[in-house]
Amino acid sequence: MADYPQILPLGDRSILINFKKEISLETLDKVLFFKKRIENFKFKEKVEVTNTYNSLLVSYMFTIEDVYSEVLRLKSLLSEANIPKISNYKIFQIPVCYDRKFGLDLEYISKEKDLEIDEIIQWHTAPLYQVYFIGFLPGFLYLGGLDERLYISRKKTPRRAVEKGAVGIGEKQTGIYPKSSPGGWQILGKTPVDLFDKNRKPPCPFSAGDKIKFNAVSKTEFLEIEKEITDGNYTLKFENHES
Amino acid sequence: MKAEIEVLQPGLFSSIQDLGRFGFQKYGVPQSGVMDRYAMRICNMVLGNYENASVLEITMQGPHFKFYKTTSIAISGADFSAKINGKTIPLNERIKVSAGDELKFGSPASGFRAYLGIHDGFISEELMDSKSWYEGLTEYSKLKKGMTLYYSPEKSKERDTFSSLKIDSDYIRSKKIEVFPGPEFDKLPEELQKTLFDSDFTIEETSNRMAVQFREDFENDLEAIITGPVMPGTVQLTPSGKMILLMRDCQTTGGYPRILQLSEYGIQVLAQKIPGEKVYLDKKEYPDF
Repeated sequence: MADYPQILPLGDRSILINFKKEISLETLDKVLFFKKRIENFKFKEKVEVTNTYNSLLVSYMFTIEDVYSEVLRLKSLLSEANIPKISNYKIFQIPVCYDRKFGLDLEYISKEKDLEIDEIIQWHTAPLYQVYFIGFLPGFLYLGGLDERLYISRKKTPRRAVEKGAVGIGEKQTGIYPKSSPGGWQILGKTPVDLFDKNRKPPCPFSAGDKIKFNAVSKTEFLEIEKEITDGNYTLKFENHES
Repeated sequence: MKAEIEVLQPGLFSSIQDLGRFGFQKYGVPQSGVMDRYAMRICNMVLGNYENASVLEITMQGPHFKFYKTTSIAISGADFSAKINGKTIPLNERIKVSAGDELKFGSPASGFRAYLGIHDGFISEELMDSKSWYEGLTEYSKLKKGMTLYYSPEKSKERDTFSSLKIDSDYIRSKKIEVFPGPEFDKLPEELQKTLFDSDFTIEETSNRMAVQFREDFENDLEAIITGPVMPGTVQLTPSGKMILLMRDCQTTGGYPRILQLSEYGIQVLAQKIPGEKVYLDKKEYPDF
């Protein structure tokens, strides 16, 4: 059995740290604990640390001169037995309109899963979803916590263009399209909120470790929020969680 | 004060690039930046610029420009027979340009990407600490006819430049791509591991700043991984056997097995390969830990 975390160079400009091969909150706690610790270390060079479900990537702006000592340094930063749970994070409230106008696949899901549309909305809005990381597209959140009753196959033929803000489900995942793109998820609704805005600092309000909740809003509310966003008067609601 | 360059002809694909975006991968933003860092470095050294001064990356078929103020330029990387007012100019040297001069690139003699550096770098939109163009993020993604590029005109006082700079251009014609084993390399059966380094690969036409693909397939039954980090130089192997060599504009995460990782030098060499050219992989090893 492999010993985790494994530290291995990835080419000559980065180092990969692998944790147990699983998608779990326990592993995420570990990943984010060590991420913070590496980020807090004063490297002489410019270094960026990113995470996925069970990996950290430490990338350097330029070729690493002495890989051997960098690996040893990371090894010493990674030696810790007591991993606390993530204690500081934000809980975001994301407004989603589940109107048929936006929920293009609600009826299909309803038939396929033998569920009332209201039940689909109820189960989709109930959980507090975990942001594992952001990847794939700028502002695309990898979320965990979808209700098993909403597990569903992707569309056999992906749509050529799914609207920006569309909220969908596919397999065991749920997520939001941060920009218009081709996609195969079953679409439940749409959020007026920008997940990524290149002119905002930071461009994306979410971080790995945060949690989000979908709030059902009416079409009228959707349009009001959309207008507030256009006018620059909207701020995404969130609460800080500290323990 | 800003001086102008008029784009009379845009060429095939040119974009402003620097060393790329660093610190925004955590939001899913690609790094971008020049494909060939060495050529960019030469441009900026020859001109006495700071190391991250932006350059124009020119792919295969170069543009035609008109300058409106005096400045200095340098061209490095691929040789596309650049001429000023019809007169051939050398690569890797600081070249004076006067108001009204026209710079035109001609037929490709060697390499795939040429770099045009300019005194102090191009003046353009800076987004997330970088001037690198990237489609969907920056206002422009490629040079267009009639566009204007901006730079600061050079004052008469000249700077110290690296006149004795030693330049190694052999990589432009090299076919050897330096790679390290990737995180999933050991999952490949031994026979396949061997074949990887005994084969020639042909650069696919579809290759671009996001990824280079090889024409040859690589039959395999590797399983997908839990979505994990990838970066420029990561080589993914798809279930259909396609090798995808991720380049500067690549996504930040992926689910295909990562069988290899190009060295920075490997990326530099690959950046200069023309679709249809053949290359082979040269295995580098990590130190023992």
